[in-house]
Amino acid sequence: MSAPTGPMSAPTSSVRSRPAPDASGAGARAAAPRPLRRRPWVRHTLRAGSLLAALGLWQLLTALDVNLWLRFAQFPSATDVVREFADRLGTGAYWQDLTDSLSRILTGFVLAAVLGMAVGTAIARSPLVSDLLGPVLEVCRPIPAIALVPVAILMFPSNEQGIVFITFTAAFFPVMVSTRHAVRALAPVWEEAVLTMGGGRGRVLVSVVLPGALPGILGGLSVGIGVSWICVISAEMISGAYGVGYRTWQDYTIVDYPGVFVGMTTIGVLGWLTSTAVELAGRRLTRWLPRTETTGRPAPTRKEAATP
Amino acid sequence: MSTSDVTTTSATSATPATPATEAAPPGVRLRLEDAALGRPGAPVLHGLDLEVPPGDILTVVGPSGCGKSTLLRTLAGLLPALGGRVTQDGTAITRPHADRALIFQEDALLPWRTLRANVELPLAIRGVPRAERRGRAEAWLERVGLAEHSGRLPHLVSGGQRQRAQLARALVGEPRAVLMDEPFGALDAQTRAGMQRLLVQVLQGTRATVVFVTHDVDEALFLGDRVALLGGAEGGGRVLDIPHPRERAAHDAAATVALRRQVLESLGM
Repeated sequence: MSAPTGPMSAPTSSVRSRPAPDASGAGARAAAPRPLRRRPWVRHTLRAGSLLAALGLWQLLTALDVNLWLRFAQFPSATDVVREFADRLGTGAYWQDLTDSLSRILTGFVLAAVLGMAVGTAIARSPLVSDLLGPVLEVCRPIPAIALVPVAILMFPSNEQGIVFITFTAAFFPVMVSTRHAVRALAPVWEEAVLTMGGGRGRVLVSVVLPGALPGILGGLSVGIGVSWICVISAEMISGAYGVGYRTWQDYTIVDYPGVFVGMTTIGVLGWLTSTAVELAGRRLTRWLPRTETTGRPAPTRKEAATP
Repeated sequence: MSTSDVTTTSATSATPATPATEAAPPGVRLRLEDAALGRPGAPVLHGLDLEVPPGDILTVVGPSGCGKSTLLRTLAGLLPALGGRVTQDGTAITRPHADRALIFQEDALLPWRTLRANVELPLAIRGVPRAERRGRAEAWLERVGLAEHSGRLPHLVSGGQRQRAQLARALVGEPRAVLMDEPFGALDAQTRAGMQRLLVQVLQGTRATVVFVTHDVDEALFLGDRVALLGGAEGGGRVLDIPHPRERAAHDAAATVALRRQVLESLGM
């Protein structure tokens, strides 16, 4: 299992990059992660095992045509789906759908990330912007992005732009709301420090607001990429021309169930990869955050100790 | 005044490594006239008259809540005065400026920047070229004894080291006034004594005007040329000369003891 080794290699590289072992501090810290070293290996095995067990259960239920209220007789088996998957990987149409969906979601998500952060920051820092934009956005926020399909069809000249618009809307609100909260929660002392160094508004934004709010914004980005997938697939199913969602719906209408499952698996894997990419990028950008260095169990609480 | 001039010259000869001592910009004259300070709707100080001549070290003592921090934030330009006049060399202070560096009690280093990057920040804001920035930051970190920690993030060093880094960050831009808000308040007694020594040492290279707020009367009587009493019986603004500024041995001198008693009495401590 060639799983990403990011969390494994992080502590080792930080120890190595330290220029000189200064006094006892470095020694003590180098010793601390040792009990952790074997654990990522165990964890990766467990994760792979969980996926394999789910596949095994699926195969078992469908091969035995289990019919216990839930019916698996018509259900394609795991091996059917794998075979279908292998066939499709060889066709150009599969990759065309995949790149279509990916380019839609990336365009929508990047736009949402940039605008969500900009609008969230503006609302948090300017009462005027908050009064002007706040009510409009709060009214729009509860509307599910997929319910905007009619709007998208009316407004945009092509389906393509409509789908990107829906994806954008889906990711925009989580990013905007998390940015707003993160910017409002910033410690004023950082901003005051930069102001007393003679920094202006731009400097405060770049050097304090953006990096300081980033840990909070990442939560919104993470939620945003997930919601984007839901919406890009739904939009493709409704109004699409090509794309993984469109293909999955097509397969359903011609009763090609293994094809439907290939589509679903593709969506699952792509969603997982993109949200992992967001997580990893986020962890890299917030490497400065203090993290607990001990992994020991917390001491028993007083309540537990007091119970007779 | 004369005492502080003498210490300045002797210090210059004692520490030849001091960077750019000759070029240090002169301190500013800070003045409050009949000033009312505080947040709008919640003034904490009224009718305050105070003057800090260029190059002077004024310590400010008073019980907590008397407006010491408010005074510093007003001088820094973060908080507009509610009334009266607050000036730097005769010009009204309306906004923060790199001329007046502020050192905070709490940890005000940016946690995502290494100590060196924090110290480089005021230089970056001034548009100092990158290579020069780095050299000047390293020189200051060395002066405050953090040379080997310069690549570390603030949360990986001790509280005392963080305050030293803040000191370096405040002084690297050669400010003409340094405003210090109980910078050593959160440190243990031993670290604090070391920090006071370090402060005296690094201030000798500058000509900056210093306003140092503290609730520790001994600290105030050691560091300052003069001490201002805020709050207490008279309300505030009384300034007393300190007989032996920055002489540790003078802690038990008769004049210091008398002044300490006077300060404590007038603060009602």
